[in-house]
Amino acid sequence: MSAAQQHCVIVGAGHAAAQLCASLRQAQWPGRITLVGDEPGIPYHRPPLSKSQLHPGADASLQMIRPAEFYAKQQVELRLAQTVQSINRERRTVDVGQTKLPYDTLVLATGSLNRRPPITGIEHPRVFSLRTAADAEALRDQVQDAEHVAIIGAGFIGLEVASALRKIGRDVTVLEMANRVLSRVTSPAVSAYFSSLHREHGVDLRTGVSVSMIQEKEGHLTLLDGDDSVVCRADLIVLGAGARPNDDLARLANLEVNNGILVDEANRTCDPVIFAMGDCCNQFRPLYQTRLRLESVQNAIDQAKIIAAAICGLPLPAETLPWFWSDQYDVKLQIAGVSAGYDECILRGVAKPDSSFSAWYLQRDRLIAVDAINDPRAYVLAGKLILRGARPSPQVLADTGRELKELLSSETRTS
Amino acid sequence: MARITYITPDGQQVVVEASSGSLMTAAVQNQVDGIEGACGGVCSCATCHIHIDAAWMDRVGPAGDAEAAMLELEDGSTSASRLGCQVPIRPELDGLTVRVVGR
Repeated sequence: MSAAQQHCVIVGAGHAAAQLCASLRQAQWPGRITLVGDEPGIPYHRPPLSKSQLHPGADASLQMIRPAEFYAKQQVELRLAQTVQSINRERRTVDVGQTKLPYDTLVLATGSLNRRPPITGIEHPRVFSLRTAADAEALRDQVQDAEHVAIIGAGFIGLEVASALRKIGRDVTVLEMANRVLSRVTSPAVSAYFSSLHREHGVDLRTGVSVSMIQEKEGHLTLLDGDDSVVCRADLIVLGAGARPNDDLARLANLEVNNGILVDEANRTCDPVIFAMGDCCNQFRPLYQTRLRLESVQNAIDQAKIIAAAICGLPLPAETLPWFWSDQYDVKLQIAGVSAGYDECILRGVAKPDSSFSAWYLQRDRLIAVDAINDPRAYVLAGKLILRGARPSPQVLADTGRELKELLSSETRTS
Repeated sequence: MARITYITPDGQQVVVEASSGSLMTAAVQNQVDGIEGACGGVCSCATCHIHIDAAWMDRVGPAGDAEAAMLELEDGSTSASRLGCQVPIRPELDGLTVRVVGR
């Protein structure tokens, strides 16, 4: 079959899906592309949902990844507000409602789903999660009349929502089960910095707190812990308890799944005509010599480019660096690399309010990640060093009297 | 309304008309190669790196602090570098030519 007769079906209409459409057409791939997404609209930028989009006065319109005309012009068939229920791998079809849609190449871009902690009463209509534009809109509407908001979970989403809600003057309580904020993604030093940042902005932040029940009493929601003691009261609750890969469809189709859909370096699943990309997949990363499942814009974009190359029979792009960002109050956190598994953390600068500093993570002397707080230079430099497998000198890193640029020429340890 | 000419990394000229947004959003909306705008325009990713035509530098203006810091160590960075997302489209930019640095 010629490429022009091929049909590529993409399941999920997030950032990766939009990028795959763009990359396939950019490579002049002539086949038919169908995008099936369960949300009603075309792919949009999700990160603003927990930040600027929560501001009642802000422009509520979504930021589209590509304009609507793009899909028509590039002949991408959109099946929006439609759900793929199952995959028939033998017949190479997917079930969408009553239709059996045939595919030659199937790309799963199903994203991740919010974790719902085991809390009695979590189904209360004033308990909100945040993943889609509709979620953000519902929360934005309800927040108008709320005075006090409780946020369960102090990960990126929880803390970004806390920041957005403090900006509009709501009372905010953040409850984190672990003993520090951002515990899954950063070091104790950086966690401590973000805790003080939120407390200085008036957030009632409590760690080591586990909510086990939500009850409505006299119009307010009461959050109780395991001993039935009242933790706090709130007008509404936002859940920010992390995410899990949306790999149900793949599992149902007997694809290999283990914390995400397992894919090879070309993002192929164990079925050679089925690919997976973005939050839903789990891939071995040579840079880190381990499998990673990343939830990020960067990962969505770069994996889409890999799949486009694979579909077009082009050489796969070189491995790229994972990167992330978070905006809270006036602080920009930029993360280059993945710090999990570090054995040494070196702080450059002082982790205090209104300053910029960075945390450099080494593993057996090798730089694996950097958290840069209001320090874009450190972030950009770190990206270069990590990809080179650099072993920067801890003395230079810790000494703010020495230019970071020195590390580009002399990147070996002096100790 | 401003007409902006983008010269892509492989030398193509793309002329775009825009009346709002930034030099990044105008490029993304018109599939200008080499401008990605991954972070959506919050000065976090440097995937919208452009060089401003020298004659236009005064009108476009210099990079802000955070932007300049992002650009300082970026590949292909020169005194003409800006991040497209940090340059709002305005009528005075009508006729501007920018070079897309790409990655």
